[in-house]
Amino acid sequence: MSDHRFAPGDRVRVLDLPKPGHVRTPHYIRQKLGRVTEYTGKVLNPEDLAYGRSSGPAVNGYRVVFDQSHVWPDYQGSPNDKLHIEVYEHWLEKA
Amino acid sequence: MPHDHPHDHEHGHKHDDADPHAPAPDFGDASSRWYEVASDVMRDMLIEQNVIAAREVRKQIELMESKTIQLGGKLIARAWVDPEFRKTLLKDGKAAAAALGIPVTEASLTVVEDTPQVRNVIVCTLCSCYPRSLLGQPPAWYRNKAYRSRVVREPRKVLAEFGSVVPENVELHVHDSNADLRFIVLPMRPAGTEKMSEAELAALVTRDSLIGVAPPRAG
Repeated sequence: MSDHRFAPGDRVRVLDLPKPGHVRTPHYIRQKLGRVTEYTGKVLNPEDLAYGRSSGPAVNGYRVVFDQSHVWPDYQGSPNDKLHIEVYEHWLEKA
Repeated sequence: MPHDHPHDHEHGHKHDDADPHAPAPDFGDASSRWYEVASDVMRDMLIEQNVIAAREVRKQIELMESKTIQLGGKLIARAWVDPEFRKTLLKDGKAAAAALGIPVTEASLTVVEDTPQVRNVIVCTLCSCYPRSLLGQPPAWYRNKAYRSRVVREPRKVLAEFGSVVPENVELHVHDSNADLRFIVLPMRPAGTEKMSEAELAALVTRDSLIGVAPPRAG
C-alpha cells in the first residue's frame, strides 16, 4: 500500500487549520476545491523546521490545481485559467 | 510574525501576536528594519563564534550576484533545438541542467511549458522563492507585495502591465512556489527564429520570460 493518501486526479479540499506561525498554505486557497496533479514526494515539514524541530517526520506533498473562477468568485479572465500550488498532506481532505 | 523576545524596547513595528494572520512587513517597509537588524546581528554572532567566516558570507553574495540569464538562456535554447533534451527538461529540470554542466542546488526544478493554448507565470505569494542557483536574486518587483498578491488575483491585468496581453482563448496558469518546488517557464520559441543558431536563440531568452511575465521576442 502506498504511504501517501492522494493520487493524481483526486478531488481535494484545502483545510483551514488553526495553525499560526511559519505555515506554507496561503489563506487564499483554504477551503477551496481542487484536483491533485502530482505527488511531489516527502519533505521535512517547514512548519517544524522553522522552529528547530528537524528530526521529522517527513510529510507528503502534492501539486494541486484550482480553477481561478472558483478561487476568486469575481475573477476576470478565461474560465479555463488555473492556479497551481503545492500543499502538504495534512492540509488536504478528500472532496 | 510571532517571535520570542522581551517587549521592553522600541523597534518601530507593532507586535500583533493576538492575530496570527497579521501580514509580515513588505521588503523596504519601515517596519522590516527590525528584521534587517536581527539578520545582521545573527550573522555577526555566527562569525564571532567561528561558525561561519566573513569571507564565506562575502563569497556567497558574490556567487549569487554572478548568476545571469546566460545559464537559463542555455537551457531554454537547447530545449528549442533538441526535442529529446526538451523532454528531459520538462520531466526533471535539475537533471537536464546537470547534463549541460549547470549546477542547480535547489531540491528540484520544475519546468512548465508554454504552448499555443497555455501561458504560465510564476510567483511566490508567501515570500520570494525563486530558482536562485540558476537565475541569481529575483528582481525587486518579484519580491514586492503588489506583484505577489495581484498576479494570483488578476494575472491578466498584471501581465498586460508588463506589456503582454494574453488572448482570451489562451489559458493562463499561475504557479505559486509556496513550498518546496522551484519553477521556470519554458517559453515558446519566437516566430522568425528558424535560421538562428543555438547561441543566437540563447541570447533572446530573458529573465522575465522565464518568470513568465513577458515572452521572448526575436529582435
